[in-house]
Amino acid sequence: MSTILELKGLTKQFGGLTAVNDVSFKVAEGGISGLIGPNGAGKTTIFNLITGVYKVTKGAIEFRGTPIQGTEPYLIADKGITRTFQNIRLFKNMTVFENVLTACHTSARYGLLESIFRMPRYWKQEKELNEKARGLLEIMGLQDRMDITANNLPYGLQRRLEITRALALDPKLLLLDEPAAGMNPDETEQLMRLIGEIRKMFKLSVLVIEHHMDLIMGVCEHIHVLSFGCTLADGTPDEIANDPKVVEAYLGSDEEKKSC
Amino acid sequence: MLSSYFQQIIVLVGINMIAVLGLSILTGFTGLFSFGHAGFMAIGAYIAAIFVARLHLPFWMAVAAGAAGAALVSIVIGGLTLKLKGDYFCIATMGFGEAVRIILNNIEYVGGARGWESLPQLTSLWVVLVLAVAMVVITWNLINSRHGRNMVAIREEELAAQMAGINVFRYKMVALVVSAAMAGIAGALLGNYIQFLRPTMFNMVKSTDLTIMVIFGGLGSISGTIVGTIILTVLPELFRNFAQWRLVVYGLAVVVIMVGRPQGVMGGFEMTPSGIRKHFAARRARQALEAELRAAERESAA
Ligand SMILES: Nc1ncnc2c1ncn2[C@@H]1O[C@H](COP(=O)(O)OP(=O)(O)OP(=O)(O)O)[C@@H](O)[C@H]1O
Ligand SMILES: [Mg+2]
Repeated sequence: MSTILELKGLTKQFGGLTAVNDVSFKVAEGGISGLIGPNGAGKTTIFNLITGVYKVTKGAIEFRGTPIQGTEPYLIADKGITRTFQNIRLFKNMTVFENVLTACHTSARYGLLESIFRMPRYWKQEKELNEKARGLLEIMGLQDRMDITANNLPYGLQRRLEITRALALDPKLLLLDEPAAGMNPDETEQLMRLIGEIRKMFKLSVLVIEHHMDLIMGVCEHIHVLSFGCTLADGTPDEIANDPKVVEAYLGSDEEKKSC
Repeated sequence: MLSSYFQQIIVLVGINMIAVLGLSILTGFTGLFSFGHAGFMAIGAYIAAIFVARLHLPFWMAVAAGAAGAALVSIVIGGLTLKLKGDYFCIATMGFGEAVRIILNNIEYVGGARGWESLPQLTSLWVVLVLAVAMVVITWNLINSRHGRNMVAIREEELAAQMAGINVFRYKMVALVVSAAMAGIAGALLGNYIQFLRPTMFNMVKSTDLTIMVIFGGLGSISGTIVGTIILTVLPELFRNFAQWRLVVYGLAVVVIMVGRPQGVMGGFEMTPSGIRKHFAARRARQALEAELRAAERESAA
């Protein structure tokens, strides 16, 4: 399987704190990979580095073979990477439909003057955007919730809407930051199945952060484990589950925690 | 024909409307607060006055130049501040508004602090009405497009907007330039209506007045902006004869609405057929969802 994303010796320091320390791993094209580790391990920081929100201190990020570090965050979506957030970030006062419709904007080309004067291209492309948003919401089972203000959705559906909004940008790689946080086991299982389905349907590669290990063992083909910014293990779910270092980190032995 | 007093109020409402609609794009829809918008009005007003009174150029050209001048200055302000985090933009606009006023105070060519009297009256009721309606349409069409939605996305959640491929800097700049141009037009119309200009007309109080009209009407609502502008322009005019009560009534109206309805008269709601449909669809969908959740809860309890 070819590689869609590769981190090479990625390091991020915040002042004296090294949040990510010389981390290298690959995300396989078309697969679901997991990034796990205890609280504060540096998982979200890695997402922020990939998406250009934080500047890389050292190391390289290659997407489909070309370096992307230093790219402006808003251009990351153009390259084919989108993400969701650990603490959901929806456009709260927009409806569910508008959230997705807004994110569809890259599929239209009409300019400012064309919208102000309502030229033919505006009408044509707005219609296409509407159809695209509607289609996505149907696939994601949100078609009956389209008119609700995003704010008023229950938690689980908000997470689902955030994924739908990310899909509206036609990503090649989807980064999910603890998509199951705050969900009950039922909802979690449903969500994991959904992620598997959309991966096939949209021909995506997925990198998902989780800090409950058992939860992603089932869906991921490959897992990278972090602890205190350093790589602890890297391998298939079976290898990870049987790795004494991983077991230790999760059960918490205090001596080894401070050093890598 | 309308009485001249009534006409005068309509003209003032129309002129304010043009400025406040622009500010509504910036503050109500894009989420950027400006406390120097009177500065853009001043630039438009003085450029237009120079065009007609000093250069003897046609009125329409003066208005266009006023808009263009304000827009150009806004590009400089935006370029310097819109990439910075947080409230720098707000503070910078405040400084900008005051700077414009102080600079005008010191330019004798345009009358300095004493002001500039006996400008020609070229702004007519019809010009104001046509331009105000045109600005409502332009604002509406802009907001209800992918560009307008991108602006609202920035207001709602800037980081998520960025991750959704929205060039935050560019859209903030577009909102600022459009709003500055509209303020410039309003200023150009004002000077050529009341026939005199004085730098103090464009002080921070004027800037705040414009912002209050946007907030009063409801952030993120064009119809709210229209209603807010009408109420807050007409009210002080009606009480002009009771000069000492004017600000009290104005202040009270603002306080009452902000306490009773902090989201403004309209909130984000649009008083249009599609806006009303949307409002009720949202309510229906929410009630349906709540009913389903309750049913599911009962089921799991049983
Ligand atoms: N902007 C920042 N400035 C300073 N320190 C930061 C910043 N962002 C993250 N950190 C620190 O970096 C470390 C890693 O944080 P990060 O959010 O990546 O952890 P995480 O693995 O996502 O944890 P969690 O499971 O709790 O979400 C933490 O010690 C955190 O305090
Ligand atoms: Mg995290």
